[in-house]
Amino acid sequence: MTATVAESPFEEEEKRDGEGGGAAAPPDPFDRDVLPAPKGASRRLLGSLLRPHRARVAVAAVLLLLQQAAVQAGPLLVAYAIDRAVPALRAGDHGPLTAVAAGYALCALSSGGLQYAFVRAAARINQSVLLELRGRIHRHGQALSVDFHDRYTSGRLISRSTTDVEALRELLDEGLQELLGVTLSVVYICATLFWLDIGLGGAALLSFVPLFLLVQNFRRRSMRVYRKRSTAIATVIVKFVETMNGIRPVQAFRRERSGDAEFGELNDRHLKVNGDSILEMARYVVSSRLVANIAVAVIVLWSAQRVATGSLELGVLAAAALYLRRLYDPIDRLGMFLNSYQSAAASLEKIAGLLAQVPSVPEPVRPRPLPERSADMPGRPVVFEGVSFAYRTGGEVLPRFDLEIPAGQTVAVVGATGAGKSTLAKLLARFYDPTEGRVLLDGTDLRDLATPELRRGVVMVTQEAFLFSGTVAENIAIGRPDASREEIERAAKAIGAHDFITALPDGYDTDVRKRGGRISAGQRQLVAFARALLADPAVLILDEATSSLDVPGERAVQQAMDTVLRGRTAMVIAHRLSTVEIADRVLVMDAGRIVEDGRPADLIAGTGRFAGLHRAWRDSLA
Amino acid sequence: MSAIAAGPPRPDSPDSEPAVPGPATGPGDTGRSAVRSLLRLWPYVRPVRARLFTAALVAIVASCLGLVIPLILKWLVDGPIADRDADGVWLGGALLLTVGVLEALLFGLRRWLVARPLAGVEAAMRADLFRHLQRLPIAFHDRWASGQLLSRATADLQLLRLFLAFPLTFLLVNGTTILVGFGVLLVQEWTLGLVLLLPVVPLVLLCSVFEARYSRAARRAQDQIGDLTTVVEESVLGIRIIKGFGRHRSQARAFRALSHRLLGTELHKARLLAGIWAVIMTLPELAIGAALVLGTVQVADGELSAGTLVAFLTTALALRWPVESIGFLLAMSNEAATATDRYFEVMDEPLPPDTLTRGGPAPSAPAAPAPAAPVPADGLRFERVVFRYPDAPPDAPPVLDGVDLHVRSGETMALVGATGSGKTTLTALIPRLHEATSGRITLDGRDVAALPRDELRSLIAVAFEEPTLFSASVRENVLMGARSPEEAGQEELARALRVAQAEEFVNALPRGVETQVGEQGLSLSGGQRQRLALARAVVGRPRFLVLDDPLSALDVHTEALVEAALREVLAETTALVVAHRPSTVLLADRVALLSRGRITAVGTHHELLASSTEYRHLMSGEQREEER
Repeated sequence: MTATVAESPFEEEEKRDGEGGGAAAPPDPFDRDVLPAPKGASRRLLGSLLRPHRARVAVAAVLLLLQQAAVQAGPLLVAYAIDRAVPALRAGDHGPLTAVAAGYALCALSSGGLQYAFVRAAARINQSVLLELRGRIHRHGQALSVDFHDRYTSGRLISRSTTDVEALRELLDEGLQELLGVTLSVVYICATLFWLDIGLGGAALLSFVPLFLLVQNFRRRSMRVYRKRSTAIATVIVKFVETMNGIRPVQAFRRERSGDAEFGELNDRHLKVNGDSILEMARYVVSSRLVANIAVAVIVLWSAQRVATGSLELGVLAAAALYLRRLYDPIDRLGMFLNSYQSAAASLEKIAGLLAQVPSVPEPVRPRPLPERSADMPGRPVVFEGVSFAYRTGGEVLPRFDLEIPAGQTVAVVGATGAGKSTLAKLLARFYDPTEGRVLLDGTDLRDLATPELRRGVVMVTQEAFLFSGTVAENIAIGRPDASREEIERAAKAIGAHDFITALPDGYDTDVRKRGGRISAGQRQLVAFARALLADPAVLILDEATSSLDVPGERAVQQAMDTVLRGRTAMVIAHRLSTVEIADRVLVMDAGRIVEDGRPADLIAGTGRFAGLHRAWRDSLA
Repeated sequence: MSAIAAGPPRPDSPDSEPAVPGPATGPGDTGRSAVRSLLRLWPYVRPVRARLFTAALVAIVASCLGLVIPLILKWLVDGPIADRDADGVWLGGALLLTVGVLEALLFGLRRWLVARPLAGVEAAMRADLFRHLQRLPIAFHDRWASGQLLSRATADLQLLRLFLAFPLTFLLVNGTTILVGFGVLLVQEWTLGLVLLLPVVPLVLLCSVFEARYSRAARRAQDQIGDLTTVVEESVLGIRIIKGFGRHRSQARAFRALSHRLLGTELHKARLLAGIWAVIMTLPELAIGAALVLGTVQVADGELSAGTLVAFLTTALALRWPVESIGFLLAMSNEAATATDRYFEVMDEPLPPDTLTRGGPAPSAPAAPAPAAPVPADGLRFERVVFRYPDAPPDAPPVLDGVDLHVRSGETMALVGATGSGKTTLTALIPRLHEATSGRITLDGRDVAALPRDELRSLIAVAFEEPTLFSASVRENVLMGARSPEEAGQEELARALRVAQAEEFVNALPRGVETQVGEQGLSLSGGQRQRLALARAVVGRPRFLVLDDPLSALDVHTEALVEAALREVLAETTALVVAHRPSTVLLADRVALLSRGRITAVGTHHELLASSTEYRHLMSGEQREEER
């Protein structure tokens, strides 16, 4: 699991410009990191996140304004002390000195206090924004259809809500307040210098021209070199993760030495661009410091000249010297800020693109209830009415067809990989909505059912039996969260999972992610079955759900199914024909069409495809 | 900035490692153990030590030059300005300019000196880690998630590079600067100097206390981000289940609870941060204010020159950063120490010896059977092989408990057993991916434990249950299995693809065998990956072939085709095939039944069907009598 996150942040560039990666393949608009989004989506997203906190933002802004004013008053007081208080003291007047003392103490205390208030206010805003953003991505990801998830890949989606949110957090936490502080201090200092002396202010302002150019230049160059570096580290990471995950073949096929060499090459490439990027930063820091130091020297020289000729007071010179130091101090950090700003902007764009996706399987506006279930018949009838399905990006998967499944019937769907079996199942589970036509459950269009109602009606067990962190019992209870322990155990027993569960270190309370709680693929599928059983749906869909079971396991499940499915409507997809034995009816699919439809015995007796397949399978058992 | 960061750094789950060796990083016991950890970096730093020391020296000089600027100011104010000496002012300006330029250039020189060497240290440590990991036993990799290893190879190493580049140097540089700076202040006017010195001790103390508390809070936040990430991952990976059961709500609830908890921690962090900021802003300012008032009085009394006061205040300003930074530099060093521990936690894991001479005939002569000697074609033999996982509790029964099995030379043996009976474990013992706890496995009479790994593994090819493809072309992926991938020709490749029935779909790929697959390339279906893994196993025409349920992901039709082609290959090698299904079993000449850690029956498929109820149960699902 960890590996998925680890890999996710970098699948971007490679996919497109890595030589030969996936060469042709028609471009899938969902198979990329930055999804198509209307222009200005990221700005609007940011606006919508901040709007609820308008009042707080205003308060924080005022706090910051006051705090910077308090901070920047210091040197002014120094100037005042030297130019006014000293002569006044010499004349026996203690007033100005007292004013300086009081003023300085006040500034020191209030700058600290205001800083405290500002940091807290800003954190409140930042964290609320992040909370909301995380929530939105999560909610939106959950609302998007399975169709989208299939193609956008889990790695991307996870990295949206981890790496990308993290980039934004870094910017908000470390960069933004600093940038605001710096900007404000520059404005204050320049204004104060202007007020003290127009010439000084002008000179300070002038020095910002080369600094600005430097920053611009750095931004351009660093963007290039940082992108190169992130590509380089991405290839290092991929090689690393791939080797660790595939350590068995690596060792079994003696690839260690060639692995060292390949990794060494990627590592060296990263070493080089890493060095480049560090030097780029060094270049920026040195040249900006150089400009700053020269500016200080020149301005001080000029002021000193003027003090010497009497056109400037000594205190002003002192204040200028102090101010200039403060003025240029933060430019180093500005470079770092720019980097985090760039990565945050890129992340925000990706997030905005994701949030701009419209769920293709929306909740109904006016949901309708299902009719009461009759007591003796837990199943419900299903009708596909003039249904066809094509991906939004084109490519018809299922041409128009009609299909009726009476309540309580168990239908097996067979056919080669890519024949459309899973699509059929996903339409019935409303993972997809049909392009045309409707799917009716007990006479009600699936699109009119609210999620809880829908899931009491239809449940699907898939091949990938994913377990959530938590105990085995909790994993089964996903089927029905309010189930008692007895009900959970009864479901597990019915499916033949009870024995292996009780053999686990803590039985039903074994944490599935803990060491020793290792559960095999087959056992995971049994848990998934128990889960579905507990949910007690009217229609049960099994999508190759027994593929990881061995023959006895499959048998046990089938026997359990025989009782469990009695009266329920079921659609069973399997590439192994043994499953068919429990079916009342078999559909054979080929290239999206149902080519054979009948009772298993009839089909076997016939001369069609299914009869051939079945014979071959029978032979293998002999 | 951190394009490197592989997702938010995940906290080590407490169960990732049975016992954490080395110094724990709890609060309090940092100090010395941190230093001891960091000293372990020396072998990697040694090659660049000259540059590193030079850079530190340069930084000290540059930093002290910064302290000269106030002195020049003082001289300017008290000398030329007071005397209205224009030439003197020019001289002062020139001095300021020179010192400023020098300072900037020296700091640049420092960065230039260490940039590439330290990137080199990082790369060298990473290469070593990779090399080491590739050779650690599978048992180690079973224990460690790849994400855990990855964070050591990226985030931790990056942190170490930053430590060498900044905290290490600047603890020295800033320490020196503080000493020199206060020396300068005290020499000029000790009363004012003392006033400025006053807040230093409480400031450093407060900063250190803060860093300790803050890093605790930060670690908690990291843990909570980790928990949140788990929920995020699970709700994405398990989306089909969540949707299938309509469980958005409970997932959303868990998410909301965790993200609010994180919010609380983050706000706590912010409170700490706000507090220390307030202290950092207020204390020195108060001292400077006091010095200003005192200084003004002294200037008015004529005891102090105006220039000295200006110099004082600018020096005090210049010293603020070195004082404030100490706390955060120490914190970074502590983090670096933790990163070092994490790195060496893996590096200290011992590599297994290449050959185990365990009751072998001649421990002194590893190459016992001369290569020229005729190899007795004895096939593959297991003798009383026992295996228990090294980390299994001592009272747990061993997975394999005395396996005896003989696969004759040229024979294909199917291995059948219930789920969890240890079939895969048994196959992993042959190429010594795991080491047998006791007993002997021989290939043509030679004990695998006495063979160098490289030689042993050149004799055996394995197709694993979980087919792994690497980010490379189809050709490279398949030829991995060739004895020397560089020499293997087109013909070999074509033959292997034909056996695995992979020709057709490989040719249909955009660039045929040159198509990139794996993580970075085209994603293939499970069945396609399995066929390529099979091709990889057969391409080198190995003496011994081990196939772990090689056809499980194939549909009925393809399975039949692969079986037909595979028969030809199996005819020429000695093979052990793990089988779950009758169709796979039919590839074999004989079948061995693995049950409760032992081989309980060997015979042909039909013999066993007739003689063993357990076998019949496994193959047809018929209930055993004793169970009903």
